[in-house]
Amino acid sequence: MTDTAPPTVDLHSDGEHATLVLGGSWRLSQRLPRLARAERLLARAPAATRLDFDTTALTDWDSGLVTFIAGLDQRCHERGIACDAHGLPAGLRKLLELARSVPQTGRGGHAMQPTPSFLTRVGSDALDLVQSTGEIMEFFGEGTLAFRRFLLGRARFKQSDLWVIMQEAGADALPIVGLVSFLVGMILGYIGDQQLAEFGAQIYVADLVGLATVIQMGALVTAIVLAGRTGAAFAARIGTMQVNEEIDALRTLGISPMEFLVLPRMLALIAMTPLLAIYADLLGILGGAFVGSVVGGITLSAYMTQTQLAIGWNHIIQGLIAATVYGAIVAASGCLRGMQCGRSAAAVGEATTSAVVTAIVFIVIAAAVLTIIFDAVGLS
Amino acid sequence: MSAPDGNAGTGSAPAHIRVEGITLGYGETLVQQDLTFDIRRGDVFVIMGGSGCGKSTVMRCLTGLLAPWSGRVLLGGESLWELPAARRSALMRRNGVMYQSGALWSSMTLEENICLPLEQYTKLAPEQMRAIAEYKLALVGLAGFGDHYPSEISGGMRKRVGVARAMALDPEVLFFDEPSAGLDPLSARRLDELILELRESLGTTMVVISHELDSIFTIADDAVFLDAETKTMLATGNPHELRDHSPVAQVRAFLTRGEADQDAAA
Repeated sequence: MTDTAPPTVDLHSDGEHATLVLGGSWRLSQRLPRLARAERLLARAPAATRLDFDTTALTDWDSGLVTFIAGLDQRCHERGIACDAHGLPAGLRKLLELARSVPQTGRGGHAMQPTPSFLTRVGSDALDLVQSTGEIMEFFGEGTLAFRRFLLGRARFKQSDLWVIMQEAGADALPIVGLVSFLVGMILGYIGDQQLAEFGAQIYVADLVGLATVIQMGALVTAIVLAGRTGAAFAARIGTMQVNEEIDALRTLGISPMEFLVLPRMLALIAMTPLLAIYADLLGILGGAFVGSVVGGITLSAYMTQTQLAIGWNHIIQGLIAATVYGAIVAASGCLRGMQCGRSAAAVGEATTSAVVTAIVFIVIAAAVLTIIFDAVGLS
Repeated sequence: MSAPDGNAGTGSAPAHIRVEGITLGYGETLVQQDLTFDIRRGDVFVIMGGSGCGKSTVMRCLTGLLAPWSGRVLLGGESLWELPAARRSALMRRNGVMYQSGALWSSMTLEENICLPLEQYTKLAPEQMRAIAEYKLALVGLAGFGDHYPSEISGGMRKRVGVARAMALDPEVLFFDEPSAGLDPLSARRLDELILELRESLGTTMVVISHELDSIFTIADDAVFLDAETKTMLATGNPHELRDHSPVAQVRAFLTRGEADQDAAA
């Protein structure tokens, strides 16, 4: 690159006739002059009606020069200046003609669409909302029908699929659910210990950690880990099947994807999430006990006794109900977004993201609603 | 092998599939309108046209995946889209569909892919199903590949397995979406031959979506030409006859790679 001359452009004019002098190497790898520069040069020759080219100093060129000349040609046309292409290299003239002969109607509709106004966007967003609500309702309707057929023993899906999904979503999630629950238990323990130490009531760390974990945190932590781990996997799996026409292949055989794909996933998560939540509760309490004994100086047996005293069956039932609901939410979001997936790789990515976001939003909403319901029915 | 000039299946054979004035689209986008054609029993019928003209959309309608905006599709005399869902599902089961990329279920072996429809709709014992799967794989020239997963075989083989799976329930109509797309010329030709051999031996009605001229002239008894610009059909008939005698310039241009127009212009 060192021995190539930089691209140059200049304009000589004598009244009506102007000559554009091009020199050096006009390659895309060079710093090419912009079209605005040529426009400024043209502005210096306001009387020009004819433009030709002098390329004797031009060493080499590629698309960089073609686009420059094409743009210049259009500007000249607008100003009523006739371009005489004879001074240009023969190859370049051919390329210019090719570029010109592209029919203008071929321009994509996307570029032509103006940016919609605020009102238009609000309107179309509202319509989208109506449509997506409709899709969600349809999904739940079909899901309920599929569940009914399952209860009647008429649902068509592979039992082996159910076991595999249960293993993938349940047993395989044990390490990560365990780790996160243990750490959350420790964090709760630390915060409790610091506050309760001021009153010399460190033993109540056990109550705090135990109740928080069993009632809400165990189920919540499990659900959020599952949303990221399993919900995303469901959406990606079903979305990819959508892209590969595998879902169409099921439908044309009269096999409902709702029964074949969605039902086993819903069942697996509804069954596995409460089990994982119990495990998360235990590890959360252990995390709290670890902090209580190491930092708070409570003996392990005293901590456990205190925990047993604090936790009642009503608390455990609350946690299990919540976990079941969360499991259903994670499975439904993953499957719904997978089924809604478009037919491209980007759509699978969007479906996966959307599955996790939908799941987490609805888990938090469900957590709030359930807390109110439990309070109302006197479980808490 | 039957003569490609359309003697097989012509004459008074009753229409197996009758399409009556269907108009199709997605959302608010019109894809094709006013399509009317008959597919005779035992014919190889090609739906042809340029890329993006809506051939696959028409197939989605004929196979029961996409309801038309208007018009009727009669399958053996029954109007596919006017039946209750359960009856339609039963009717759809008498069709086999080979999708463009094979659309094999990626989590199952080839054998399991072919067995799934059998498991769902027959009461055969597992070893009987395996025997049928092995036989269907042998029909498409892939005997012994039953234990492979779809990701372990080539694109051409996947299409063949797609055909085998489509034939699992001994369908009355086999649909092929772009059988030769993405295949090398030899594999494409072998797939064409497979289609003709299966028609010969099983007498199945074949509906093929294609824009490959070689393939169209080799296999088609009858065809319909869809146009992307006018969004409707421009001609029906045997492709050889259409090429030589069609009054519509676009159809002749398509079937001669545009050479007819150039000749006329010269």
